[in-house]
Amino acid sequence: MKKTHIIAVTMFAAATAFAAPRSVQADELTLCWAAWDPANALIELSKDFEEKSGHSMSFEFVPWPNFADRMLNELNSGGKLCDLMIGDSQWIGLGAEAGHYVKLNDFFDAEGISMDDFIPATVTGYSEWPKGTPNYWALPAFGDVVGWTYRKDWFERPALQAEFKAKYGRDLAAPATLAELKDIGEFFQGREIDGTTVYGASIYTERGSEGITMGVTNALYNYGFLYENPDKPYDLEGFVNSPEAAAGLEYYKALYNCCTPPGSSDWYMSENIDAYKSGQVAMQMNFAFIWPGVNADPKVGGDKSGYFPNPAGPGGHFAQLGGQGISVVSYSDSQEAALEYIKWFAQPEIQAKWWKLGGYSALRAVVEDPGFATSQPYAQTFLDSMAIVKDFWAEPAYASLLLSMQDRVHKYVVADQGTAQEALDGLVKDWIEVFEDEGKL
Amino acid sequence: MSETAMERAAKATPPKVARRIKGLSDKAIAWIFVAPTIILLLAVNIFPLIWTIRLSFTNFRANRPNADVQWLGLRNYERILTDSDIWITMQATAHFLVWTIVFQVLIGFTLAWLINRKFKGNDLWTTIIVLPMMLSPAVVGNFWTFLYQPQIGLFNYAVAFLTGADPSGFSMIGDVSLAPWSIVIVDTWMWTPFVMLICLAGLRSIPDSIYEAAECDRASKWRQFWTITVPMVLPFLMLAVLFRGIENFKMFDLVVQLTGGGPGSTTELTSINLKREAFEKWRTGYASAYAIILFVTVFGLASIYVKALNKVKER
Repeated sequence: MKKTHIIAVTMFAAATAFAAPRSVQADELTLCWAAWDPANALIELSKDFEEKSGHSMSFEFVPWPNFADRMLNELNSGGKLCDLMIGDSQWIGLGAEAGHYVKLNDFFDAEGISMDDFIPATVTGYSEWPKGTPNYWALPAFGDVVGWTYRKDWFERPALQAEFKAKYGRDLAAPATLAELKDIGEFFQGREIDGTTVYGASIYTERGSEGITMGVTNALYNYGFLYENPDKPYDLEGFVNSPEAAAGLEYYKALYNCCTPPGSSDWYMSENIDAYKSGQVAMQMNFAFIWPGVNADPKVGGDKSGYFPNPAGPGGHFAQLGGQGISVVSYSDSQEAALEYIKWFAQPEIQAKWWKLGGYSALRAVVEDPGFATSQPYAQTFLDSMAIVKDFWAEPAYASLLLSMQDRVHKYVVADQGTAQEALDGLVKDWIEVFEDEGKL
Repeated sequence: MSETAMERAAKATPPKVARRIKGLSDKAIAWIFVAPTIILLLAVNIFPLIWTIRLSFTNFRANRPNADVQWLGLRNYERILTDSDIWITMQATAHFLVWTIVFQVLIGFTLAWLINRKFKGNDLWTTIIVLPMMLSPAVVGNFWTFLYQPQIGLFNYAVAFLTGADPSGFSMIGDVSLAPWSIVIVDTWMWTPFVMLICLAGLRSIPDSIYEAAECDRASKWRQFWTITVPMVLPFLMLAVLFRGIENFKMFDLVVQLTGGGPGSTTELTSINLKREAFEKWRTGYASAYAIILFVTVFGLASIYVKALNKVKER
C-alpha cells in the first residue's frame, strides 16, 4: 500500500513538472541600479510586479561614487548578475556597441510601447543610440536634471529683503539668471543667520567621478559651449573652446571662489545635501532626485525650501540632464522575464504610482496631467527643468571624454591652474585624441 | 663482533628515496616537488608580464574584446614619455615619496631611540604609538578628511590655536599648496610606527658591551651615538626605507580617500593615474605600456638601492 502511494505521488509530480508550461515559470530577476532614495521607491513599486507576474525580484544597488566602476565591470565581463540595468545615460553608446544591452525596438513594437509617449529629451538622453536615430536600448526610467534648492525662509526675512533691495535694486527671490545667482551667493556668503555663519551656495566640484562636469556644464551651456559643430560631427575646435564657453567656465570659477563654503573642493550630491540640510548654505545645486527628501526634511522641508531651474545665461537657457533608462542585459538568462518587467513598468498607472512614491516618471501622460504641476512643491520646477536639458557625450568612449573634462575643469576651477581658455583648449586636444583613437577623426 | 664506525654510518644512511618510488631518480623526484611552484610562478607572474609587454604595443581595450586590435609599435611609450601630465604625476609621486621617507625615518628613529631607553610604561607607549598602522588606509583616509574639514575639523582648530589663524581660512585638502602636505602628514602619522619598530629592533640588537667599552674609552654620548648607534642601526634603517619606498610608490587607497588625486591633479600619484587609464578609461594597451615603464623604474631603483644596502651590511 505504502509503495503504491509513493509511486503515485512520484508519477504525479513528474507529470506536473513536464506539463507545466514554460511561460508560467517564475524567474528570479535582479535589477541593478545606484544606491539612492529612488532605488528604495523602486523596491516598493516592484512589489506589485512580483505579485502580478509571479517572478521574484532582488536588487543590487551600488553607491554613486562606485556605481559606474562596479556596474561597467559587471557588463564588460559579461556577468550574469544583472538581468535589468538602470544604467547612466552616458552608458548607452557603450551598452549598444559592446553588446551589453538588448535592442528593444521589436519588443516595443510588439507590445505597443511608443517612445512618443515619453518626454522627448529623456528618449534622446536615455534610450537612443546613435543619438537622433530610432534605435532604442532602454526605456526612460527616471527623469532627472540639475536644478536648485534655496532657503525660502531666509529669502523671505524682511531685514534681508530690505538689505538686498538696497544693495542690488531688486527683490531677494529665486534667480532667473546666472548673474543674479552669483549676486545672491555673494549676499549670503559669510553672513550670520541665527548665530551661525552661512555661505552662498553648494555647487558640484567633485573630481573623481563626474561631479564637477555635471556642475560646470550648467554654466558652460548657458554661455554658449557646444560639444561639437552642429553641422559637422566631432568638429570641436571653436565650439568646445569658444570665447563664450571660456566665459562660462570663468563664471563657474568665480561662483566657486565667491560663494561656496570653505573646504568644498571635492563635493558632489551627498556633500551638497549635507551642507543644505545642516543649514550651511542658502542655495544648493543638485539633481532633482533629492527634492522629495528636502521637502520631507524636518529642518529644511515644507515651506522652508523653494526650488528653481538652472538660471539662464547670456548664451541660452539649459540644464544638465541626469537620470537613466532601464535596459535588459544581454547576458541575462531571464531576458523574457526582464522584458515582462519593462512592459509592466511602462504602464501609465505604474508610472503614476512611481511619481507618487518619489520616482520621477518620464511618461508624458504623467507629467502632462493637469494635476501634476501642483502635485508637489517641486513638480513645476521639474517640468521647467526637463524642458531645457542637455546631456554629456554618450559615445562608447564617454569615460575617457568625461575624465579628461573632470581633470581639465578641476585644475582650472578648484586648483587655480591656468586660464579658462587654456583649460578648454586642453580639453579639445584631449577629446580629439580620444576620437582619433576611436577612429572617428 | 663489534661494528666499525664505517659500518654504523652506512646503516644510518637512509636508502635513496628513489629506490622506494618505482625507480625514479632523486633528481626526478625533486622536479616533481618543484614543478608545481614553477608552473604557478610562470602562470601568475611571468605569463602576465609577457602578456602585458605584448599588449603595451597595441591599442587593445579590455572593455571591447571583440574590436580589432592594432599593432602600434612604440606609440604608447612615446605618448606616455612625452605627456607633460604624466610627468606631473611622477613629480607628485616623487614629492610624496621623498618627504614621507624623510619624516618617517627622522621621527621613527627618534621615537625608537626614546622608547629604547628604559623607563616605566615604555611598553604601553609602544602599543599606543603602533596603533595607527593597524588601521585600514581607507578608514584612516576617511577619518582624516573629517579632521581636515575647515569648518568642523580638529586639525584646523589645532593649527588655529597654535598660530592664531582663522580655522576656516585654509583648507588642507582643497588648497593646491597644502594638499600634498596633507597626505604626507597622514602617511607619516600612519607609518612612522613601522619605521620605529624596525629601528627598535636594530637598537636592541646592539650589545651593551660595545657601549661599556666605549665608556671605558671615555667616549662622549654624542660620539657613541655617531660611531656605534647610527652605523649599527643603518642597515635596519635602510631596510625600512626600502619597504616604505616600495609601499609608497604604489600608494593608492589612502590618497584616493583623502583627496581623490585633487585638487586638480596635485596629488594624483602614478598608481591613481594608472588605475584611471586602465580601469576607467579602459585604454588597456596604453596602461600596459605605462605599467611597464613604472615597473622598469621601480626595478631599476630598487636594484641600485639593494646593492647599496648590501655594501652597508658588509661593512
